Amino acid sequence: MNSGPDGARVNGTAPALNEAAVGRIFREESGRCVAALIHIFGDIDVAEDAVQEAFAVALLKWPGNGLPPNPGGWITTTARKRAIDRLRREARGRELLKQAASLSPHNDDPGLPEEEGPVRDDRLRLIFTCCHPALSVETQVALTLRLLCGLSTEEVARSFLAAEPTMAQRLVRAKRKIKAARIPYRVPEARELPDRLHAVLAVVYLLYNAGLTNSTEPDLCSEAIRLARIVGMLMPEEPEAAGLLALLLLTESRRASRTRADGSLVLLGEQDRTRWDLALVAEGQAIVQRCLRRNQPGPYQLQAAINAVHSDAATVEQTDWSQILTLYDHLLAVAPTPVVALNRAVAIGEVRGPEVALSLIDELALDNYYAFHATRADLLQRLGRAREARAAYDLAATMAPTQAERDFLRSGGRAAR
Amino acid sequence: MAKYLLSAYSVEGDVRDPMTDQEMQRSWKQVIALEQEMQSSGTWVFSGRLHEPGTATVVRMSDGKVLTADGPFVESKEHLGGFYIIEATDIDAALAWASKVTAAINAPIEVRPFAGTGELARYVEDAAG
Repeated sequence: MNSGPDGARVNGTAPALNEAAVGRIFREESGRCVAALIHIFGDIDVAEDAVQEAFAVALLKWPGNGLPPNPGGWITTTARKRAIDRLRREARGRELLKQAASLSPHNDDPGLPEEEGPVRDDRLRLIFTCCHPALSVETQVALTLRLLCGLSTEEVARSFLAAEPTMAQRLVRAKRKIKAARIPYRVPEARELPDRLHAVLAVVYLLYNAGLTNSTEPDLCSEAIRLARIVGMLMPEEPEAAGLLALLLLTESRRASRTRADGSLVLLGEQDRTRWDLALVAEGQAIVQRCLRRNQPGPYQLQAAINAVHSDAATVEQTDWSQILTLYDHLLAVAPTPVVALNRAVAIGEVRGPEVALSLIDELALDNYYAFHATRADLLQRLGRAREARAAYDLAATMAPTQAERDFLRSGGRAAR
Repeated sequence: MAKYLLSAYSVEGDVRDPMTDQEMQRSWKQVIALEQEMQSSGTWVFSGRLHEPGTATVVRMSDGKVLTADGPFVESKEHLGGFYIIEATDIDAALAWASKVTAAINAPIEVRPFAGTGELARYVEDAAG
């Protein structure tokens, strides 16, 4: 491909770029650029502002000149130049530049960090900064969306049904804390890594689930999958990172069949399996296979494996429940939570009947969890105890998080279909 | 390097089984060893244990006069029992020390960065360049 002097495509095949397209491409690239600039300048605000300025330049140039061959590189270079120009004009900025440059041999130009690649990608450092345990989980999520996914403060606020000023304040406070308390910009050492990686994966998982309950734009489920891919690519030695990606891909494969047109939920057993996204299923299952060969199971890998077994069944009757039960046994061993025990009881209900399952779940301390009552209701219904089932469905409905689920449960849940 | 305040909080009326002499000895030994580790690694700046909040007195300005009052400024169940001031590279290092302190004395530790230390005149000058 031919490139013009400033890297723009000149062969006339460049697609027309409108503002929305520039915005989309920009968001794709912005996490990497912000991360690289934080590395150069050691300051999140400087990096954010500079990338924002580069975006304004892109909006002016790209629609006319076409997309540069390496948009990410273009944004990083443009933002770096803008940041240096701006910092040179301010006393505090000149101090910052001197500090940044002391890391590199040249005058007050800190230069570009060495060649980018999967081994040395600044996004990984940034993910660990954003998901530092000294920040609240809400703040971790907000920072991750803002800095790594490139969402605007307004978009982050909308994703969490929060007011924009509240979200802006939370982000400002978080950045102040990162600076004042010196939350480091680095990948944790090996001995801290398991705990810290767990926090990162938890944020990505939470983002995905938030996307399933609030359908806002930009789509949080896609953002979560994008982040899971980045973490998986940057930490290929971590089987749980791969496990999380597989779990999200397999869940995503069923998204179209998961809700009806009116927004109400369709249970796994009642979904139109021909609408599952087979490309996502294949990708998720391939990752699960690799995890199985590696044989270092963890909670995300096991949940992915359970989902992979469901994906194997062309009809609900063909589901291999005994394999699912075996996987839940493993999952309960590594993650002994009441919620896992509840899901395992559902599998037991399929393998050994509703009576055994009901006696198991009645021992769980999950009185405030709607899915507990919904599951109990299903089992009671199967045992022909209709009146108790009705009461359990009603109780579940009062606790369900979304209107769609409340309606579904009030109408008698699974039993009514 | 940055300085952090590690505050040890105690909760009034928090009835725990009183430590046996042996447990007390073990806890003290742990704290002494920890403080030596802080000293030899250049982490320790200052530390102290405080008398109970009932021994506190508050002075304040009111209509140009100084008022003196018996008791702590904040009446609460939780109070500062003691603290360490340490020097550490970043919050990860500070949190690692705080984890050791909480393990040794079995009280929650709040970690807070200093915005400045030493005589005010010195860092006002620093800030002015």
